[in-house]
Amino acid sequence: MAVTALSAAESKRLSPRLRKLEDERWLAMALLAPTAILLGLFIAYPFFEGVMLSLSSTRVGEPGHFVGLKNFHKIWNDSIFRTTVWNTFWYTGVTTVFKLALGLWLAILLNRHFKGKAIIRAFILLPFIIPTVLSTFAWKWMFDPTFSVINWTLFQLGLITTRINWLGDPDLAMTSIIVINIWRGVPFFAITLLAGLQTISPELHEAAAIDGARPWQRFWHVTWPLLMPVTLVVVLFSVIQTFADFQLVYVMTGGGPANATHLFATYAYQLGIGTGLLSEGAAISLAMFPFLFIIVVVQLLYIRRVETR
Amino acid sequence: MAKTKRRSVLKLAGGAAAASMGGMAAILATGRMPAFAQQRTVHWLKWVDFVPATDTLLKKQMMPEAEKALGIKINLETVNGNDLQPRITAGIQSGSGADLIMSFNSYTHLYANSVVDVSALAEEVGKREGGLFPYARAICSNGKIFMGMPWAVIGGMIAYRKSWFDEIGVAKFPDTWDSYREVAKKLKAKGRPFGQTLGHTFGDAPGFSYPYLWSWGGKEIDASGKVVLNSKETVESVKFMTGLWKDGMDEGGLAWDDTNNNRAFLSQTISATLNGASIYIETLRKPDQYKTEKGLPMNKDILHAPLPKGPAGQFGFHLLQSNMLMKYSKNQDAAKEFLKWLHTEANYRKFFESQKGFATPCTAKWESDKLWDADPVMTPYKVAARLGQAIGNAGPPDAKAQEVLSKYIITDMYAKAVQGMPAADAVKWAEAELKKVYV
Repeated sequence: MAVTALSAAESKRLSPRLRKLEDERWLAMALLAPTAILLGLFIAYPFFEGVMLSLSSTRVGEPGHFVGLKNFHKIWNDSIFRTTVWNTFWYTGVTTVFKLALGLWLAILLNRHFKGKAIIRAFILLPFIIPTVLSTFAWKWMFDPTFSVINWTLFQLGLITTRINWLGDPDLAMTSIIVINIWRGVPFFAITLLAGLQTISPELHEAAAIDGARPWQRFWHVTWPLLMPVTLVVVLFSVIQTFADFQLVYVMTGGGPANATHLFATYAYQLGIGTGLLSEGAAISLAMFPFLFIIVVVQLLYIRRVETR
Repeated sequence: MAKTKRRSVLKLAGGAAAASMGGMAAILATGRMPAFAQQRTVHWLKWVDFVPATDTLLKKQMMPEAEKALGIKINLETVNGNDLQPRITAGIQSGSGADLIMSFNSYTHLYANSVVDVSALAEEVGKREGGLFPYARAICSNGKIFMGMPWAVIGGMIAYRKSWFDEIGVAKFPDTWDSYREVAKKLKAKGRPFGQTLGHTFGDAPGFSYPYLWSWGGKEIDASGKVVLNSKETVESVKFMTGLWKDGMDEGGLAWDDTNNNRAFLSQTISATLNGASIYIETLRKPDQYKTEKGLPMNKDILHAPLPKGPAGQFGFHLLQSNMLMKYSKNQDAAKEFLKWLHTEANYRKFFESQKGFATPCTAKWESDKLWDADPVMTPYKVAARLGQAIGNAGPPDAKAQEVLSKYIITDMYAKAVQGMPAADAVKWAEAELKKVYV
């Protein structure tokens, strides 16, 4: 009785505005508002502006007018753009497979008990922590056509007799940036998957072992299915980031040689900033959207299916 | 002795201020900021000079002098050359930023709608200094206005190792492409190839590929604006390049940026490369660090020469710098005064002399300056501004020409052929790309 009396007295003291918040609908709105405003301001609005820009003839300093899908038509017929699309898919596909395989392998190793586990785990994260531009510059030196330490080592070991033109050959240039991306991305996979591994109860493994499951069977039938939701989320994040990668290519090759390493973002930058064709740059950036959208939707649907199973 | 209280001091000070200035109410009533906050400011954004002495001179000596002479506060900011364009774009789109911004080559044409005409000053300086070179006029003016005030040309010449050329019996740098290839072949056989970038990099790559194309008689467009790249001359030039690359060039050059050839030259892996004078200037700055294989200072073993002649003549495409006065600037008058001050002969001379030949002025008078006699190694650079040819040949170096340049279409045409694409196909590809730009 005393409690009710107290709460009644309290609600009497509340101002009418605050009393409104007693209503759950209002409270929910009030709590959601900051997020909605932030998302609207920093994601929805720029996205909308980007779409409008891609449908206009805007150049730097010239507002331009609505031109419909003309920019998209132009880039569709642009051979550099087609190379860019192919490069981006290849780059994203290959790196994601390797990052997942190596990351998972590393996560399983790190999930074991050994001395200095904490330190090793911290070290593993280094490639991910160092600012990309800095580490990429270090790689640039390693792949330098004249001073490559990789070439030097291979030469000293007697494995090569002439220099390997890492960044000058179109295929090797793509391979080089793929290697760097994998190096940078594996720690993210490893640590996230490690977190996922640690949520799997050891009892399940023990039970499987008692039933006579071999290590590979235990991985395939216990670990992998339970790890699937985490894996899918990590892959999703990684695909989005890799698809829109910029710094790595910009520093290493600038999209060269002869456009062999251009990705969406670097080509959009080259057109938008280098040539002042803001609308075409925006169109190229937006051309990423349908691809990414499909990938994201498919993955999210799959995650939901896995989770509800 | 009477005690001075804190409160009475405040009263006194407030009274004095009110008496002299009419107090805060009076300031507000005028609707203007008080005089001390009103000082005019000019924000000048330029590249980080490859000659560090120049930036020191500007910051430590010349800007304070300008502030004193003009009563303007000068805010000089230097950024990496590659970062100028993002800053210009951001400035124009947001309507705020530096008042004066340094432009490279045809940026002037790209941003023509966003800059203030500086014809009056450009013509005045041209008249006073024996005429503005056509190269500077083509890049800085569109025939109606001057989008930028011509500042200087960073000449591109071939730096080469005198003693290595002597060793194979070549006393003078080859002046035709045939002899260039022959010498390069001999030197490559000795492990000392020529070095040249065909990568995606703003300075040295187009600095080589465009003049090379023109010297063979290839042109991007004709005078009426029609794309004429796919010609017999262009195909010949591409064929020759593939042979030249194999015979005489460092094959790593496909991936070089503007600094790679400097490092390769300084570490003695190449014998010649097209560059600004920065290689030579670096060896002058650090004579103990850069020595030849015989232990002699490398700066005594470097000479400069222009790019060789082709069937259609001899050309150069050099980095032309100008300063654009931005339309959004709220300090246009002050910025104009400052530009005028910079371009008085006495002041410009300080800059010119600090460059020691790295920068060639855009007017004729300076070509006969005694500075060019001071160091014979630098003398070839004195004609850079006179002999320069702008991109978009034989049309104007306008926004379309700049689009072709920033897409590296001409450079990539050669790079593709060097990588194995048949010459005719490489030219066809480039022509198709050009046609999409010149619609």
